[in-house]
Amino acid sequence: MAHGRPGLTGALLAALPPLGFLVVFFLWPVAAIIRLGLLGDGVGAVLASADTWGLVGFTVGQAAAATAVAVVAGLPVAFLLARTSLRGNGFIRAAVLVPFVLPTVVVGLAFRSLLPEGGVVAIVLANAFFNVAVVARSVAGVWSHVDRRAEDAARVLGASRLRTFLSVTLPVLRPAIGSAASVVFLFCATSFGVVLLLGGGEYSTLETEIYLRTVQLLDLPGAAALSLLQVAAVFAVLVIGAVTRRRQAAARMRGTAETARRPVGGEWAVVAVAYAVVALLLVPIAALVVRSLSTVDGWGLAGYRALAGTGYRGSLQVSGWEAAENSLRAATDATLLALVLGVLASVALVSLARTKARPGLVDALDTAFMLPLGVSAVTVGFGYLITLDALPGDLRTSATLVPLAQALVVTPLVIRMLLPVLRSIDDRLRQAAATLGASPWRVWREIDIPLAGRSLLAAAAFGYVVALGEFGATSFLARPDSATLPVVIGRLVARPGELNNQMAYAACTLLMLVTIAVVALIERLRVASVGEF
Amino acid sequence: MRRIAILAGAAVLAAGCSTGGSGGGSGEAKTGERTVVLVTHDSFDADAAVLEKFRADTGIKIDVRKSGDAGALTNQLVLTKGAPLGDAAFGVDTTFASRALDEGVFAEYRSPEADKGPQRYSVDDKNRLSAVDVGDVCVNVDPAALTAKNLPVPASFEDLADAKYKDLLVVEDPATSSPGLAFVLGTVAHYGNQGWVNYWQRLKANGVKVVSGWEEAYTQEFSGSSGKGPRPIVVSYASSPSAEIGDDGKPRTQALLDTCFRQVEYAGVLNGAKNTDDARKVVDFLLSEPFQKQVPEKMYVYPAREGVALPDAWQKAAPLPQSPATLAAGDIQANRERWITQWRTAVRG
Repeated sequence: MAHGRPGLTGALLAALPPLGFLVVFFLWPVAAIIRLGLLGDGVGAVLASADTWGLVGFTVGQAAAATAVAVVAGLPVAFLLARTSLRGNGFIRAAVLVPFVLPTVVVGLAFRSLLPEGGVVAIVLANAFFNVAVVARSVAGVWSHVDRRAEDAARVLGASRLRTFLSVTLPVLRPAIGSAASVVFLFCATSFGVVLLLGGGEYSTLETEIYLRTVQLLDLPGAAALSLLQVAAVFAVLVIGAVTRRRQAAARMRGTAETARRPVGGEWAVVAVAYAVVALLLVPIAALVVRSLSTVDGWGLAGYRALAGTGYRGSLQVSGWEAAENSLRAATDATLLALVLGVLASVALVSLARTKARPGLVDALDTAFMLPLGVSAVTVGFGYLITLDALPGDLRTSATLVPLAQALVVTPLVIRMLLPVLRSIDDRLRQAAATLGASPWRVWREIDIPLAGRSLLAAAAFGYVVALGEFGATSFLARPDSATLPVVIGRLVARPGELNNQMAYAACTLLMLVTIAVVALIERLRVASVGEF
Repeated sequence: MRRIAILAGAAVLAAGCSTGGSGGGSGEAKTGERTVVLVTHDSFDADAAVLEKFRADTGIKIDVRKSGDAGALTNQLVLTKGAPLGDAAFGVDTTFASRALDEGVFAEYRSPEADKGPQRYSVDDKNRLSAVDVGDVCVNVDPAALTAKNLPVPASFEDLADAKYKDLLVVEDPATSSPGLAFVLGTVAHYGNQGWVNYWQRLKANGVKVVSGWEEAYTQEFSGSSGKGPRPIVVSYASSPSAEIGDDGKPRTQALLDTCFRQVEYAGVLNGAKNTDDARKVVDFLLSEPFQKQVPEKMYVYPAREGVALPDAWQKAAPLPQSPATLAAGDIQANRERWITQWRTAVRG
């Protein structure tokens, strides 16, 4: 049949590397650890317990609430970044990513001091805090390419701003919003530190319970039962997401220069809301900076001076600066790997859809690539322990595993940021290019890459930031002399002594600055890619 | 084309600062050198000079692999006993020793150094685990804050349930925190199987605050740390006051030595180790005077070896508790989950 569907073979070839990676570093380990659990007793008892279903309910409920908050807060910021040409947008574009790199333990502590009672509201707000950037940046990526003339036409025909947004803009953005929302949902459903810290032990989710049963109790049957539920829940959410994404029309894409302008009239209200959201995001961040500067005797820079050393009485084996360098190295590896895998997967998915392959196949592949975001890092990590020794070089104890594990999380993000743009490219443009004699590769180079270039760089920045902040795999796998900043912060905050504490918060500030610098650098690359179309 | 050139340039730059480009550092073994992989927990730390001296003397490089906390470490060792992650392990503690022994993770080895003190903490008649250090979990107080409230410094478990000290104590959840669990075990040892639940009901009535981890309890809720929180009484370690010494050289906090529970950390040679002979030498090294001398400063614990002097700050602020509560490792293993459930019902219910 392949000969009747040009491009199908190519698409499947492109899908091979990311699929192979997924099978070896995700499906195999997870299946092995769940299988080990299923061999024991107690799976049925856990599934039948009312507590378990309460856990599922709370997990889904808090994640849905946090996702809703993140979408509502993220959209005005997306508008600000995509549709306006205000000064300071560059800073905001970078600043909204800062929450992503901060270790949950310090953000949890900051939220705890801002909302002393903790509880469900604090959990939802903290989860949303981490994820506003996902919505703001990925929706802005599409929004900035949406042709403004359809909106202008609606306005000329007498539609109100709200009506125009609801009937013209929103339908175009819906796939991007759906994409972002499903990522946010998965992040929130599997968030771990936030629930433990702000729930004060009274609230638990599937994720925290899987952690306790696997890591502390070694109750593998119980953990396997909960992992199966987690996979099922994630799968359900992803299928719903894939189905909503399928119903979409191609939007007319434009270069950015002509879509961003100074806001007019009622748009200022949206801009004001966006600034308010950014200000709220900055509150916990400012709290961390304040802590890095406060000492018993007032204000001081002791924590920052200590970054040059290895903590109070040498709590660390690396200095703060070395840790920053380690972070950059590990994140670079992970991002490059994830970009290659993510681009291949996106190209495969979009080409498959264009070849009129069965939509079910496309959705199934898409869902499979997303699964690593929704499955517990503990399940994956313990799965590695019992499988990866079969590979040459015993990756279980190799530093190479850090970027591999990080890429597992970053790849789906790259896919989610690229795919909406690639899919909304008007096929007639490509057909016209082909008619004019362009080879398939040339069509990609002239049409798809310029239009998706901005999203590709946004995805790179995003992936880099996620890898910079990644803590779970890194803390398990990093060796003492290659500790990254989040690992160092976690170690410092777990020790008594004022200087260790100040240094932990100073390291947070350093991590934020590194993040903003890296994002700003990647943003500069973006400028070069705009305006050629 | 300019765009592609820029991207390619960025990729080359990025590759230059990647992990792959950083080979040949101190992590590389010299030719002919033997390596022992020491699997341990996140809190492991050692003086680089001491490790270097061992390497120079024996030709053995210790490759440290950290694997979460003591519980995570133990369970990873159990899960990988067929294909061990390394040659020796350090950090399995009293709370988890039974599980590791029952599962046959460790090989028999009695270090010649064990007689010099570590043997006092033996958990196993087959000598599979050697005690390396002792870290007691004790209630810590902020005397200045108590004085400001016109309250004397409490001394015992009983005092903490006294109405005078209402709403002043913060503890960690035993399900999610290792010191939290140790403190609960201390109350089990002190009040016995019948009385300890009742004691926790009294603590609850007296306004005990429960948080999920040590970081929050100590650095955020406790008034004696840099976080300057609201509560002057916290569950922490006997060693914590050594890190809270003011400019006047006096400790700002104090451990209540009658509320301590003893946690011992062990090391051993892993069954199936690739390099058993050298792994034994590493266990000897962990028990040796040079390593034992630096465990207080590096890991905030007390040496298991006898006659190793504590650092000055410790002698003043953090002496080793003389009569801490203890429980047999087997008892803990058999009852841990039930005790946590009972605690939950009493305190959360």
